[in-house]
Amino acid sequence: MKEKKHPKDKKKKKAVKKESISAGHAAMAHALGTHGTEEVEGRRQRLLNAALDLARREPKELDHLFPDGFKVLSPTAILGYGFPPESFLRGIERNPHLIAVDGGSTDPGPFYLGSGKSFTNRAFVKRDLRFMLVEGLLRNIPVVIGTAGGSGALPHLTWCKEIILEIAQEEGLSFKLGIIPADIPKPIVLKALEEDALRPLPFVPPVNRRAIEESPYIVAQFGVEPIIEAHRKGCEVILCGRCFDPAVFAALPIMLGFDPGLALHMGKILECAAIAATPGSGADCVLGILKGESFILESLNPKRVFTSASTAAHTLYEKSDPYHLYGPGGMINLEQATFTELGDGRVEVRGSRFEPIQPYTVKLEGARPVGFRTVCLAGVRDPLMIEGIEVILEEVRAQVGSLMEKEGIKGTLYFHLYGKNGVMGSREPYPGKSHELGILIDAVGETQKDADTLCSVTRSTLLHYGYRGRIATAGNLAFPFSPSDTSMGEVYEFSLYHLMEIGSQRLFPLKIEQVEAKKGKGGKK
Amino acid sequence: MKKNILEVARVIRSKNSGPYELTLDILFKDRKWYELFKARNIVNEELISRLYKVPKEDILGIIWFEPVSAVKITLRRPCPSGSPGDTDIYGAQQHAPLLGIEFDEEESHGF
Repeated sequence: MKEKKHPKDKKKKKAVKKESISAGHAAMAHALGTHGTEEVEGRRQRLLNAALDLARREPKELDHLFPDGFKVLSPTAILGYGFPPESFLRGIERNPHLIAVDGGSTDPGPFYLGSGKSFTNRAFVKRDLRFMLVEGLLRNIPVVIGTAGGSGALPHLTWCKEIILEIAQEEGLSFKLGIIPADIPKPIVLKALEEDALRPLPFVPPVNRRAIEESPYIVAQFGVEPIIEAHRKGCEVILCGRCFDPAVFAALPIMLGFDPGLALHMGKILECAAIAATPGSGADCVLGILKGESFILESLNPKRVFTSASTAAHTLYEKSDPYHLYGPGGMINLEQATFTELGDGRVEVRGSRFEPIQPYTVKLEGARPVGFRTVCLAGVRDPLMIEGIEVILEEVRAQVGSLMEKEGIKGTLYFHLYGKNGVMGSREPYPGKSHELGILIDAVGETQKDADTLCSVTRSTLLHYGYRGRIATAGNLAFPFSPSDTSMGEVYEFSLYHLMEIGSQRLFPLKIEQVEAKKGKGGKK
Repeated sequence: MKKNILEVARVIRSKNSGPYELTLDILFKDRKWYELFKARNIVNEELISRLYKVPKEDILGIIWFEPVSAVKITLRRPCPSGSPGDTDIYGAQQHAPLLGIEFDEEESHGF
């Protein structure tokens, strides 16, 4: 994917003036009213604890305040996945009221939350953010980033903040930055455990004290409330820790009085950007236009359209129940939602409702280290060995196991048999045989040294194992690489995926920093 | 005359729904097939239990979703996403057993 255009080039060409604020922006400034001023404490608490009970505006009033709708630009499905600059600039030309992006997911597995590392690429996170920050700040459009660094714990937040500060210096940008961490202090989680106030989600095993203590980072998905606070305080860029994906898109319009059901449902679709369009893409921009009684989805790339089928199908994606989408403090009910094609590649959605649920719960996520991994990939082409592979592997496992036991090496051995059941394991229904197999030796030990030893001894044992009926006595495995084994480092497992009741949004304290670009550096580099 | 599900579905897919659940979607080509499958309860717990070799307790739910003529099945993952021994972290390649679903187009034959 080659991205040639750069925000700066665009700036030079079109020379956008900062003072050219659209009618929509003027309306927003009017609607915001208290924008940038300090709220009184009582009102703040009321806001924080019951943001979704904010005085909603009548649809008519909203349509009057925002005659073209409240426009939200979503550049990409996950920050760092990239997008065509043309699509993004087409979105900017529509004068959006908000630019927001989701930055994370649990899909890549527990390693990233547990280790504090990002699953997205730094260079491309920076590339995506540069477009958003330069264009957003130039035009007074708030920029909100959800689930920083992929998992949204403190190290991820710090990682993403460093990138933002680098861009600020390189581009000469000064702004008010709001940072909302999502880390939950362990004493709070332990107290909830003691009080039996942690509710596991389906199929999640019960958690114990040790698992909590062993999890380096525990985060909770927060909702729109802390983001609303940051908007209220006039933050121009808001960097969120782990949060409910739709919240970064929905917070500002909810604050302005839009219907939370519509705002959150729109956010739910926008967080995946063009994945809900057709042809779908996780790396292209879309625009959401929120109105008093509906919202409209619009592709910013003429190659894609939204159809009622593509939009409705998206509500199925990654969810166990397409009618009821649970999130912090409530549920988006889509039983009455309708999806109507407008005939120009856009789809209008109506009828989505938000139902608050008391007590207010948030979803906790945690991962803990369970050992170290070493792997070895090898191929098998011998039909006799393929025929007897299961018995052979069990015999090798037993032989290696007894050797390890005598040496006091602790670990667990997994064989992934590609060509047999490498993808589905014991759920594989087809007994068919392949002419070749890929064997991935997957050794997980208490230490890296143990894992290395377990993998190495398994590899050498299997390589020369004299299985019954063997005709090829020179070696059983075809290695594609030298060295054949790779130390993979620490292995994690999810330790927490539980709902926890919260009494206050103070668990997610907003920090505000004034970012000042150093003089003389603007536009450099 | 037996028909294969590939003739009547436009999407058949699997994906994690969080790290502990696997969710399977079948989107039918048109409303007609959705109605037929739903009326005859072709996608049911017994079928899923057999295709995925899982006990019924591991099936969280089978939900018919009319707006897009689809049925969604959610299962327990064999192990949590990314735990040692997992084979498919995103759960995106667990749909193949569904591709073997066959049915009789004529009502009288039943399934």
